[in-house]
Amino acid sequence: METLAMHISNGIIDGPVAAIFAALALAALTACVLRGRRDLDDRLAPMAGLVAAFIFAVQMLNFPIFTAGVSGHLLGGALAAMLVGPWVGALCVAVVLVVQALIFGDGGVAMLGLNITNMALLGTAAAYALIALMLRVLPRTRAGLAVTAFVAATVSVVVASQGFVLEYWLGGTTDLGNNLGGLAGTMAGVHLLIGIGEGLITATTVLTVAKVRPDLVYALRSLRAPAAPAVPVAGGVR
Amino acid sequence: MGAGHGHVLYRESDSPVHRLPPEVKIVAMVVFTLAVVATPREAFWAFGAYAVLVAAVAALARVGPRWLLSRALIELPFVLFAVALPFLGSGDRVEVLGLRLSEDGLHGAWNILAKGTLGVLASLLLAATTTTRDLIVGLDRLHCPQVFTQIATFMLRYLDVLVGEARRMRVARISRGDDPRFLWQLRGFAAGIGALFLRAFERGERVYLAMLSRGYTGRMPAVWQGEGAASAGQWLVAATVPVLAASIAATAVVLS
Repeated sequence: METLAMHISNGIIDGPVAAIFAALALAALTACVLRGRRDLDDRLAPMAGLVAAFIFAVQMLNFPIFTAGVSGHLLGGALAAMLVGPWVGALCVAVVLVVQALIFGDGGVAMLGLNITNMALLGTAAAYALIALMLRVLPRTRAGLAVTAFVAATVSVVVASQGFVLEYWLGGTTDLGNNLGGLAGTMAGVHLLIGIGEGLITATTVLTVAKVRPDLVYALRSLRAPAAPAVPVAGGVR
Repeated sequence: MGAGHGHVLYRESDSPVHRLPPEVKIVAMVVFTLAVVATPREAFWAFGAYAVLVAAVAALARVGPRWLLSRALIELPFVLFAVALPFLGSGDRVEVLGLRLSEDGLHGAWNILAKGTLGVLASLLLAATTTTRDLIVGLDRLHCPQVFTQIATFMLRYLDVLVGEARRMRVARISRGDDPRFLWQLRGFAAGIGALFLRAFERGERVYLAMLSRGYTGRMPAVWQGEGAASAGQWLVAATVPVLAASIAATAVVLS
């Protein structure tokens, strides 16, 4: 009967472990800042902002999962990895988490390192690894892209949830004894369901964007022959 | 699109806490939270003292207890986790009201409840007294990397774009004979989510290009940075709360 939102709040994991993960998250985010700065051009800057806003809005939708009285929400790591790449993508999710922790109190400030590690780093990294792999293996069709987005999103959510289990094992403030396996199982099961929801949303969004503005999908950039430099759409009258 | 003014949690006021520069408040809030988390869970008196501190700041900021407590419900899922702990935890069992509960689990539940609640209250106070624009300025003055503040700025501006675009699409659906009710509303929304994203992006892109053509270079105008940066005096005033909290935490650690 674990009931967990994805954001870890203060006091769930003990101080030293939280500090270690905070240091880890800080180091990884620094790397993301350095790499991301290179990626962030005129097209990606507004996209990164929109992806972050989208994730922010979507994380407000909580899925109640009836079987266990659990609620969870979408993470958006896969969507971010797909549209703005792993570096800026991780930054987007991290920005969402920081703002949520600072002003909405969702997830404790002292646990920010843990939350960033799970959702921004683990989730996005797992998603991007899968995306890079599957886009090479699968046929370059709409179906291939949809399957890639779906699988990457589903897996990334489950991976992120297992990050919490690892952290709880290392520094949970209450010893669950043999129940830890149960925690891992519940977390994985619940987040598989959330992951499917997230997969559907990610696949729909990515497909639409890829159909209308393929130049906006970061993950497709490396696969295309260097086409003519895309000119930002002037907007015009709509 | 009135972006960048306030947000749902902001409480317009002119209290001493509202007037403090944002960077000072962010640092104070973070240090306070860290002190709370570092406190040993058996030191019950310390948590009482923290609660008094939070109440004092809330009174100074003219934020009412009802407003605070109703917004604190966000941590409800974790409260439920805390309630489950005494049943799940291992180790010594104690009898409470005829139930055999894990002593470690009871302590753990208290730990999560107390620390979680204090953390949520602290960030709510920050939110109630700081606009999102000021929050970004504060992060920028604290030397947060520019990529980071840039993404955060756009995120906060585009939230309004996104919400506005979603509202327009809903009106468009309804005016074409769709009659969304309860859960069926979700279907139309889910089917349109890709379109929503794209429309919001193209709007956002126009906003961004407009900003670029007016001299935006990735940082908000220098006026924001220069004006009202924290003075030494303001740092000192705001330091009272975190310093008090840190000394409470230190005392609790020494005593335990």
